[in-house]
Amino acid sequence: MEKFAPVTRSEDGQPVRYLIVDDSVFARKNLARMVETFGGQIVGEAGDGVSAISEYERVTPDIVLMDITMPQMEGIEAAEKIVRDHPGARIVMVSSVGYQENIVAALQRGARHFVQKPVKPEVLYEVIKYVMLDDGTTTRSKGAGA
Amino acid sequence: MRMDLIQPFINSTDAVLAQGLESPVSIENLSMEQEAYRRNGIAAEVNLTGEIEGRIIFDVEVRAALQLASRLAGVEVSETDEELVREAVCELANQIIGNAVTTLNDQGFHFHVHPPTLHTSAQGSKSSEDTEALVMVFNTASGNVFMNVALRHHCPGALEPALTT
Repeated sequence: MEKFAPVTRSEDGQPVRYLIVDDSVFARKNLARMVETFGGQIVGEAGDGVSAISEYERVTPDIVLMDITMPQMEGIEAAEKIVRDHPGARIVMVSSVGYQENIVAALQRGARHFVQKPVKPEVLYEVIKYVMLDDGTTTRSKGAGA
Repeated sequence: MRMDLIQPFINSTDAVLAQGLESPVSIENLSMEQEAYRRNGIAAEVNLTGEIEGRIIFDVEVRAALQLASRLAGVEVSETDEELVREAVCELANQIIGNAVTTLNDQGFHFHVHPPTLHTSAQGSKSSEDTEALVMVFNTASGNVFMNVALRHHCPGALEPALTT
């Protein structure tokens, strides 16, 4: 997999901490593998919206990558609940269902961005950099190329 | 069955498989289903509800499923990794059908997509008078991928996008 210049937190230079929410274990592993190439650290995973909310409380990640179509509670509702309690939460919706109404609903309820599946690493990388703009720096490590 | 409903499924299958396998994909056959659907490999089923309701079975020959799972996981996946292969097929179904539904929704057809489930029975239900089923066969370098699309017009008015806006 392509190597990217690590995205780090501006406050302490530490890796960006991710919570990955998707009902597919396979999709979670794929996303985890991808963000690790961005220098990220996976601090939690959840398979539905309800678990996402409790995991957020537990690990307080820098970024949540959130699927939309999930059992129990869908991603948009979970995003809304997280942002209601944590207005600074950075949530990026990652879904194969990317029609405009869905994107608008997600953004209106507090998500910061939307990435359509299948996820291209270079697209997700740019979105992460954008979402972390208020708190992130990108550093180019030796031998890494974006 | 209206081709404008089917075309997005063909396009998204082509695009997602070609990206996953990093090789071209061609559509080998497209036919109306006459008999009950028989599973060919590892299959996932996705249900749609809304103005047009139905189900889609995404069915991948074992060799192609292994190849796709290996590509997507970034590691060699063998037949013994059954769970991983099933997960890969479900995720691919989710991506392909989600992309097609996105196109249809932006054209004015409103659906809700449910999470994929494994389709384990050897035989699926037969199409009926109000549920036409179409079987598409995609040829990849690793084997065939089948998609069985059975949709029912839940609301006659919903067939005309202009009427739904």
